Order: sequence, then C-alpha cells, then structure tokens
Amino acid sequence: MKRIHTTLSVALAGLALPAVLIPRVADPAPAPQVTQKSCGTVTVAAAADLMYVMNEIAANFERATGCTVRVSTGASGNFLSQIENGAPFDVFFSADIEYPRKLEAEGLAVPGSTYLYAVGKIVLWVRNDSRLDISKGLAALRDPSIQKVAIANPQHAPYGRAAEEALRKSGVYGAVKDRFVLGENISQAAEFVESGNADTGILALSLVLSPGLKEKGRFWRIPENLYAPIQQGVVLVRASQNPQGARAFLDYIKSPATAALLERYGFVLSAKGKS
Amino acid sequence: MNWQAIALSLKLALSVAGILLVAGLPIAYWVTFSRWRWKFLIEAVVALPLVLPPTVLGYYILVGLGPRTFAGKMWRLWFGHTLPFTFGGLLIASVLYSLPFAVQPFSAGFETVDRRLIEASWTLGASRLATFFGVILPLSGAGAITGIVLSFAHTIGEFGVVLMVGGNIPGVTRTVSIDIYDQVQAVNYDAANRTALVLLLFSFLVLSVIYGTNRKAMSLWRKP
Repeated sequence: MKRIHTTLSVALAGLALPAVLIPRVADPAPAPQVTQKSCGTVTVAAAADLMYVMNEIAANFERATGCTVRVSTGASGNFLSQIENGAPFDVFFSADIEYPRKLEAEGLAVPGSTYLYAVGKIVLWVRNDSRLDISKGLAALRDPSIQKVAIANPQHAPYGRAAEEALRKSGVYGAVKDRFVLGENISQAAEFVESGNADTGILALSLVLSPGLKEKGRFWRIPENLYAPIQQGVVLVRASQNPQGARAFLDYIKSPATAALLERYGFVLSAKGKS
Repeated sequence: MNWQAIALSLKLALSVAGILLVAGLPIAYWVTFSRWRWKFLIEAVVALPLVLPPTVLGYYILVGLGPRTFAGKMWRLWFGHTLPFTFGGLLIASVLYSLPFAVQPFSAGFETVDRRLIEASWTLGASRLATFFGVILPLSGAGAITGIVLSFAHTIGEFGVVLMVGGNIPGVTRTVSIDIYDQVQAVNYDAANRTALVLLLFSFLVLSVIYGTNRKAMSLWRKP
C-alpha cells in the first residue's frame, strides 16, 4: 500500500505541477461588464502613456455623467491583438493612430470614429541623483559611465520608434545601441529608470510630468524635428456592449476641458480633429 | 524564426536544470530525511514560487535588489552591475522560480525508497554519501529525472519574471517566450505562429521522450 501511495506521489509530482503553470501565462483581459446605471459602464483600453491622465479624465467623466469607467492601460499593440480577438473594450486609445485605422479597415471599429486626440512628445529623463548633465541633450548619452539606457521596444511601441529615430538623426545611435534595455511599453521603460536599474531613458513627456515621476527626476525635451510626430488615435470598438456610453466618452474627450487636461500632461492636442 | 532567442532559452533552461540538479538534490535529501521540528518552514519556503506570481519575484529583483537599496548597492559593488538586464540575473531568478519543480519530485522520489534498504546500507558500513549515490539515487531515478525535466521545461516556458527584469536585450535576455510576445504585439502573427509552433512541438517531444524513458527507468529499478 505504501509503495502504491508513494509511486503515485512521484507520478503526481510529474503530472500535477505543469497544471500549476497554466494560470500565470495569460494577460488579464477585463471581464464582460455589468450594466448598472443609466449609461452603464464604459470599458476603456488606453496606451501606457495615458496611465495617469486617463484616471483623471475618467473620474471627471463619471462625475459629469454618472457613468462608470473602467480603464485598462498597457501596450497599444497588445490591445490591438486583444480587440482583434474579441476583447470586450468599448473605446481604444492607441499610442499609434495606425492601430485604430487598422481596426476600422478590418471592420472591427465604428467606421469614421478614429480621432486624433493628441501628439506624443519624447524626452530624455534622469533621476535627481544622477550626475549626468542632460542639458547637453542626446549627446550626453555618449558618457561612458552610462551602463543602461531604457527605451520602449521600437519593434512595436511608438515611443520606442521615435526614440530610435531621434538617436539615429542626432548621430548617437551607434554609441548607445549596445546599452539599450527595452521596456515592453513606455511606462515599463520609465520604471527601469525610476528604479535606478537603468541610468537614463527616453520617455514620454506625459509620464515624466505625471505625479509619479514629476518630483523624482529632470528631463530634456528632444527637439521635434528629430522624430516623426507620435500621432495618437482613439476609436470606438464596433463590438461594444455599450455604444451610447462609448460615444459619450469619445465626445467628452473632444471637449475643451479634456483638451486642457491632456495638454497639462504634455499631450498637445491637434487642432485638426478628425484624421 | 528567431534562432538566437531559441538558443538563449535552451542555454538558460539547461543551466537552470544543471544548477538545480546540483543544488536541489541536497535540499531534497534534507527535506525528506531531516527530523527537525521546524522543517515545515523550509518546505514552505521552497514551495513559495508555486504560489507567488512571477511579478512578485520580478518586483523584488528589480526594486528590492535595485541600485537604491543596500542589498543592491552591495551587489553592484561586488559584480559591477545590478541583477536586472543580465543573463546572470535571469539565471538566479529562474533557479529560484523553478526550485520547487526540482525539489518536490526529488523528495517524492526519495520517499519511495524503502528505509530498510538505506539502514541496511549504513549497517554494512557504507557512508551516507555512498549510500546516497549507491542506494537512494538509483532507487529514486524517476523522481530525479522528473525534477530535472520539469525545471528545464518550466524555464523554457518562463515569461513573467523575464518580462519584468530582462529588459529584452537580444542574445542576453530576449528569450523565446518574450520573442513570441513581441511578435504578437508588433502584429507579426506569422512569425509568432512559427516560433510558437516550434516551441510547442519541441516541448511535446522533450516531455514525451522523458516520460517514455521514465517509465522504462521505473520498470528497470522496480519489480512489477
């Protein structure tokens, strides 16, 4: 009997353990919403650079309308593939306007609803305790004491692409490319520098102006002629369970009050409106 | 197909399996045979990674051992750099993260060994070490193989910790799971598909071979 029991435990150790692995793989996608109030819940997918400002916008919108807003922040590319595969978002704020356009082209977004809500800016950022003189601009990255430079992954993150472009145009790309650490999105790149694990990083202006980072470091604005504008677009998801609420939220984004708020966080709102 | 990422994952997984074979066996031996009354505390510590999300380990390595803490400063003083963004950092994280996947099967294997055989070996004058290698280990081969395979496989499939502390450096910390994630985010579904399929077939093959030979190993050492 003992032998059977112990043999079983070996087999169990072999069989049961892989099952433990399964739950940790998936990225959490929000559960389908439960409508309570008159205009219900609006589920928003927002690019990582909106992390702070979106909470404030959502709170204002909730006060103004009595709707409930649920915000998920993350990498735009990740949200794109999640929405393509049926994620229950109502509104999608992308750091790259190409993604909303792609969803429209695929028939997964409300036709004509893509709206350019802001143009993102990049800055060179260091912590307050850094000895690096960033007033020299990107040339400061040639400093041999720098071990790691954090940027967002240029392969899929718009801020990473802009960072790479600016570094190439200013001629320092070759000097820093072996010292890159790539954040999965722009706020992870910020976290790498903020935690001190990277010496400096190229981050979104909106993040370094946010309450989390504002007092912790100093930044240098990267001239806008060094990179293509980071056009950020919002779109209404076609499969939305709450199209009225989503539309109301989009209208609220276009309001002057929200524009001013976005601007305070470093998002310059385009006057052009619809793209 | 990103062969560099695949090679890196293999290197990481083989290193983790090797380290856990050397470090895990003594821990498992102690856990199995010790009569210390507080032993359960050590068992709980070993099993922690089964319960904790990888984000917890990732967070402690990134911030707890970051250059702003005392431990991180000491580390930097000795090694010249901090743990995140290095292969060594991934290795340490992976060894910790896979520890229960090696120790628990090892220990379960040791428990199957008839105590009378062990005591007979001791009585006949064999040292504890000789008894371990001559009696205990051969009789618990299945558990040892399972532990090694699981720690290898678990490391190949590791994602959360690497995402948090790796920094996605090609050839250093961009493992195959990160590569697939990147491809999906960059909307390169074809590339993601190919790599994912290779990984799926490879994992299935390795596990089949091991479980197949494992059965043989078991029948070799045991009477039916």
